[in-house]
Amino acid sequence: MSATDARLTTSVKRPSGRPTGEPTLEAIGITKDFATLRANDHINFAIRPGEIHALLGENGAGKSTLVKILYGALQPTFGEIRWKGKSVTIVNPAAARRLGIGMVFQHFSLFDALTVAENISLALADGAGVATLRERITRVSAEYGLPLNPNSTVADLSVGERQRVEIVRCLLQEPQLIIMDEPTSVLTPQEADDLFMTLRRLTDEGCSVLYISHRLEEVKQICHHATILRHGKVVAECDPQRETAARLATLMVGAELRELHAPEPVNAAAKVRLAIHDLSMPRPHPFATALDHVSLEVRAGEIVSIAGVAGNGQDELFDALSGEARAKSAEAIQIDGVPVGRRGVNVRRRLNAAFVPEERLGHGAVPRMPLSENVVLTRHGTREGLVRSGVVNFAGARGIVGRITEVFDVRKGSPDPEASSLSGGNLQKFVVGREFDRQPGVLVVCQPTWGVDAGAATTIRQALIDLARAGSAVLVISQDLDEILEISDRVAVISKGHLSAAHDARGMSREDIGLLMGGAGHGGGAGGTHAH
Amino acid sequence: MHIELIRRPERSAWMAFLSPVLAIVLTVIAGFIIFVASRVDPFGALYIYFIDSLTAWWSIQDLIVKMTPLILIAVGLSLCYLSNTWNIGAEGQLAAGAIAGSVLPIFFPDWEGPLVVAIMLVMGVLGGMAYAAIPAILKTRFGANEILTSLMLVYVAGYVLDWLARGPWRNPAGHNFPNSRQFSDGQLLPVIAGQHITISIIFALIVAAAAWLLLRKTLTGFQIRVLGQAPRAGAFAGFSQSRMIMIAFLISGGLAGLAGVCEVAGPLGQLRISVSPGYGFTAIIVAFLGRLNPLGIIVSSFVLALSYLGGEGVQIAYGVSDQIARVFQGMLLFFVLACDALIFYRIRIVRRVVAAAPVAPAMEATRGRV
Repeated sequence: MSATDARLTTSVKRPSGRPTGEPTLEAIGITKDFATLRANDHINFAIRPGEIHALLGENGAGKSTLVKILYGALQPTFGEIRWKGKSVTIVNPAAARRLGIGMVFQHFSLFDALTVAENISLALADGAGVATLRERITRVSAEYGLPLNPNSTVADLSVGERQRVEIVRCLLQEPQLIIMDEPTSVLTPQEADDLFMTLRRLTDEGCSVLYISHRLEEVKQICHHATILRHGKVVAECDPQRETAARLATLMVGAELRELHAPEPVNAAAKVRLAIHDLSMPRPHPFATALDHVSLEVRAGEIVSIAGVAGNGQDELFDALSGEARAKSAEAIQIDGVPVGRRGVNVRRRLNAAFVPEERLGHGAVPRMPLSENVVLTRHGTREGLVRSGVVNFAGARGIVGRITEVFDVRKGSPDPEASSLSGGNLQKFVVGREFDRQPGVLVVCQPTWGVDAGAATTIRQALIDLARAGSAVLVISQDLDEILEISDRVAVISKGHLSAAHDARGMSREDIGLLMGGAGHGGGAGGTHAH
Repeated sequence: MHIELIRRPERSAWMAFLSPVLAIVLTVIAGFIIFVASRVDPFGALYIYFIDSLTAWWSIQDLIVKMTPLILIAVGLSLCYLSNTWNIGAEGQLAAGAIAGSVLPIFFPDWEGPLVVAIMLVMGVLGGMAYAAIPAILKTRFGANEILTSLMLVYVAGYVLDWLARGPWRNPAGHNFPNSRQFSDGQLLPVIAGQHITISIIFALIVAAAAWLLLRKTLTGFQIRVLGQAPRAGAFAGFSQSRMIMIAFLISGGLAGLAGVCEVAGPLGQLRISVSPGYGFTAIIVAFLGRLNPLGIIVSSFVLALSYLGGEGVQIAYGVSDQIARVFQGMLLFFVLACDALIFYRIRIVRRVVAAAPVAPAMEATRGRV
């Protein structure tokens, strides 16, 4: 019986209580100072064998710092790490791996053009032959229910499969503790269930998992124990199964979360503000996705979401909508009835459209430039007076930074810091706020709350709803199903560059969207290795 | 065992400023060792190299004369490098400017006056621009690597210049020397100080100040910086990469051409088989040593101009090779890039192969700052 078949006979069970036993890893009084900022403040916690231990906290709560210390990428200012009862100093990630600590990163570090086996052999220290490695990969992946062909080229794999490569790479080093940073953020619900199965199997063998996630429901589902950080301190430890998601969120944020204001129904007769008509685009490079006759209309007052697993044409669609890639015909994209398919991004911005790309650093913002110059980046051509006869009014841009900061609560160390010095969530608030500040008539936003904490996510989602209700057309491209169901009026799913018809969001469940995301709508698809 | 360069999470602004100073100190130390190895009195040689030229008015004049083309060219190159466009061919663009600027005085020796000089300058600028447009077009139309094409075109320009000076444009009354006729007095740039300091140093200072303002205050300068640091963000801002390549080449080519015409209509007074002791290449060092900042370039051009004069001085006083100035300039570039690399990256020695780590080219280190 293959591992995939075995999966079907077992269902994801809730864990039964916290395992007992001497801790695998114990942190005692871990403190880390960055100049004047104390990122970790006397953190104590212990991970027991066979335990899935959740690490919760808002952006900037100190989770990343703590994980980097445990993985040897940072050294604590003071404090002690005990590994199986013995005090250790983890000088670098290689030392962490030698101890038996593995890590699966949120962003994969794989070479698209190489095979699975080649990618894994690059990471292994022992330099074993690729033939033995292939055999080991096949064995380990079967053992843990992670079906993987060592000879596949990474470029051909779905995101879920790529994550399996990362996990198998980690498992081949036989870790006793695996740190996972937001592992489900890129997965379909079905793929996430597969991952949870694998984690159960690992913990059954006594391996521990430190699990970082913003998704409280899933933490409740799989984690035995949770440590909650706020402002660098441990504020609570709890059994997540005995708490409600709302209570966990309150512990993280330190205040009750605002409820989203329920959206009102859309007037079906409202005018179409953003129209995509039969848009096809060739793939810009061999590892990209071609767009295949995409059509969609977004009306004034509504939020339409495009769901889908990453890499199914979302980036290409965004580039076509923003004008970074030009369509073949002008009519393919229309903003307020004006055909703009062949026009550039600034022409579209002058028609009062705004765009927020997924990649914040390097695409939505220049990392080494201050926020004020990053305001100029998207607003120099919008006739706001930021540029007069070729001269840029940077003082005016600084004023806009102040406004955005206030409205979206962007936390920063100095009035006008470099974009790269902001934490991911705060930079996202800035990048989104920069476009909201213009009150755009059409907004196309990719992953609006990706990597953003619960409090900020609520702020951004509420702002999207308010913008739509004020008469704008909002198109959200997202992989976060909870977000999509929370804010959308209609949902379409993109798969292999093909966009489904938009459905009324009220009639849809997570599973409905999940199946469409996996490509069930038209046979096979990105998640093709699943036994749906 | 191998060595990895790991990007530092934080850069030290202080060290970035100190890097050129450190590079100069290291160059002096290395020079000391070279002089000792060549059995030359190192203290005397270093004195002549770095101090002696500053003690006499005539050599200070010479210093300013040599700084002028270095500033003009390096300012243009800094705009290129900041926009991530790699023009290595300023030496060829300088020659093209010198040739174009020599057309009037060679064919119409009787046309004199300020207007003629102004036209000569404009023709020099246009000549440099036209020559720089070749690699720019090759890059934007065919994706040809501009480093290679611009560098190769240097040699083409050099041979064209050589042919003109020896052949069709040779002075018929010049006893077969491979030079053009002497330009008439009314075809030369006005001298503003001493015997050789022409108005071109004013041009250079104005150009540096204008470039500084361009980078700091204008949308074009903003485009240069954005496209140089984050091309994808540049596209998102609606800036065109290929338009920027064209602009960067035209500006830097035009300024190199201006430097060329200022040489023939200034210190040289005629077109020769060689119109530059490698200013176009030395300006690359000037640009990096000056942190790609137009005002910093004024300071670094002083250091490099000194290296020319000091090289000649040591050659005369101690009989060392005439390549000594090139050696010092090369060491200076090497050390400034090495210092930059260590400011941006730290070195880790890895005993066993662990994982492929990104190793970034040192040249990249100086990008992204003005």
